[in-house]
Amino acid sequence: MKISFAEGLAKAIYESLAADPRVMLIGSGFMGLNQAARETLDPVLRDFADRIFVTPISELGLAGAGIGAAMGGQRPLVDLSTGSFVFQAFPQVVNEAANIHYMTGGQTAVPVTFHSLAGMRGGGAAQHSHRAQAMLAQAPGLQILAPGAADDAYYLMKWALLESMNPTVFLSHAMLLGETVEVEPGGSSLPVGKARIRREGKDVSIIASSITVPRALAAANALETEHKVSAEVVDLRSIVPLDRDTVLRSVAKTGRAVIADECHRSFGVAAEIAATLAEDGLALLKAPVRRVAVPDIPIPYSAPLEAELTVTPEKIVTGVLNVLGR
Amino acid sequence: MQTLKPPERVAAMLRIRRFEEQCIRLSEAKQFPGHYHVYIGQEATAVAACAELRPEDFVFSTWRNHGHLLARGAEPARMLAEILGRSGGYAGGRSGTLHLSVHELGIPSTSALVGGNLPLATGAALACKRRGSGIVVNFFGDAALEEGAFYEAMILAAVWKVPILFLCENNSIPPEQRKRGQFTSSTLPTDRLGDVPRSLKIPAETVDGADADGLADCFARLVQQVRSGGGPRFVEVRCTRWPGNFPLWPELPGGEWQVAWAFGQKPDRDDLAIWLEQSDPLLSYIRKAVSAGALDRAQVEAVDARARAEMAQAVRFALDSPFPAPQEAYRHVWAQGGQAR
Repeated sequence: MKISFAEGLAKAIYESLAADPRVMLIGSGFMGLNQAARETLDPVLRDFADRIFVTPISELGLAGAGIGAAMGGQRPLVDLSTGSFVFQAFPQVVNEAANIHYMTGGQTAVPVTFHSLAGMRGGGAAQHSHRAQAMLAQAPGLQILAPGAADDAYYLMKWALLESMNPTVFLSHAMLLGETVEVEPGGSSLPVGKARIRREGKDVSIIASSITVPRALAAANALETEHKVSAEVVDLRSIVPLDRDTVLRSVAKTGRAVIADECHRSFGVAAEIAATLAEDGLALLKAPVRRVAVPDIPIPYSAPLEAELTVTPEKIVTGVLNVLGR
Repeated sequence: MQTLKPPERVAAMLRIRRFEEQCIRLSEAKQFPGHYHVYIGQEATAVAACAELRPEDFVFSTWRNHGHLLARGAEPARMLAEILGRSGGYAGGRSGTLHLSVHELGIPSTSALVGGNLPLATGAALACKRRGSGIVVNFFGDAALEEGAFYEAMILAAVWKVPILFLCENNSIPPEQRKRGQFTSSTLPTDRLGDVPRSLKIPAETVDGADADGLADCFARLVQQVRSGGGPRFVEVRCTRWPGNFPLWPELPGGEWQVAWAFGQKPDRDDLAIWLEQSDPLLSYIRKAVSAGALDRAQVEAVDARARAEMAQAVRFALDSPFPAPQEAYRHVWAQGGQAR
């Protein structure tokens, strides 16, 4: 059965509410301005109205309230709306949620999930296009989930709401909401913290997460048909925990790595993967690692300007050909 | 309702004062490295508020948390061990004084960020509302009103009508008394702190932090209103800052507090003498109870001897508690259960 990313997310939220009375929603937007995606949440709004707490636009307060409710025994999902707005909530997310279990010496757990609809989305301009995973990953104690397809939107959200005992930032990407994949009914997920090999290959590993997963798959198809290159696509699924082992195993097989990432190039997720390969995988590499990431420039509004900075399948193809010496 | 009898109230306040004096001594002896904040002069507030609480209730505190924790029943020995960074502390030396928390007493986490605990406390109150039991007492200082988090939390608490008592301990220094080189005081354009919550339809009142009986009456009434589903309440407790809290690092002006000061003797320092006469909740409560015949000097001396002995023992426990092994730095980043390895 094919489902969209938005459907996977909505299904996970619905089933989690049904499964555990402690699950509650602080805000219920989640899908941004995408009307079709918003409609997937109608069953949640219809059947669980008493579990949804209406919210003023108070990201800092909402994030803190989610943390406090989690400490009080609930399992809240907090809608932090557009990805850039996590900065409005930063003091609570990185300086309270991330630290509480540690600074109480393990006394208090904070099973809260913050949902963030992140990414370069077309016309978002500089203040509505952030992908904050690399910044958030500098706050030890936060889990950061960045699914690249509907199956993981479903599995990872259900895990966050029903099983996780730690604070989680769940990054959906605005451009992924309508993307569909085949999901087996009753299928099971990989453990959280394990990367998924989305496509097997032998010449190069393309390491991707969130929106770059479908773009890496499109690049891999083009590489196969147009350049006779066999590319493996590694979908990280979570940024924290980061599955370095699967990345290293894939590169051990292919000998080459291109990292496709929508963070800014410097100090981003791609930089961390490249550092891992330099420290633990240098002997595996037949060619230098290449990052295909967003230049260190604020995101502009105008379509051709935004496109200039966007990580596209074409740019990933170019990156792969480059590491192959072509 | 007077939940505590006079000797009990004096004992509860004196325990906090004697604890804080030991903190200052230990800091002066370089037994711990970090900055810290003591609760001397505000004891009546924590004692009166915590006397109204039940086991299922939550307390959210700040960097000035020692009095709140002691009033809620925390062990002074484990608190001091934590303050000294020892393995016997509540967080095994990870929190120190700033984040002192005792989960089993309903103090799940203590934020040391100005205004940081108000959203957390509001969320815990939402949890109380959902489960149908418990309330939250949220202690914070006047400077919290300088932060946006204060305003956001007030809005959420009012919109959700959660069971929370916002308890603002205003120990700001009047502008004319401020001097360079002192610890900070809030800079607010109003001294009517209750106006902000009142504008959001949260009932607010002001009470004198030196009046232990007045505090007890006030908190008993407000806690009852909050507990019966009345939604949030705000109370500003006006405290006059103790002279030892004016410097950047706390000091003991005139040495440790003397029972004799409540019975006619005076300390050497004038600023302390004035503060004791006008603003010390402990001293004024003792005098009032004695003159009402509810307490005598021998009882106060006995209560004080017990408090001193308890704190001396706590200091010994803390100093004897070993420092954590370096490997302990790596534990407790992640709560177990659900976390992938």
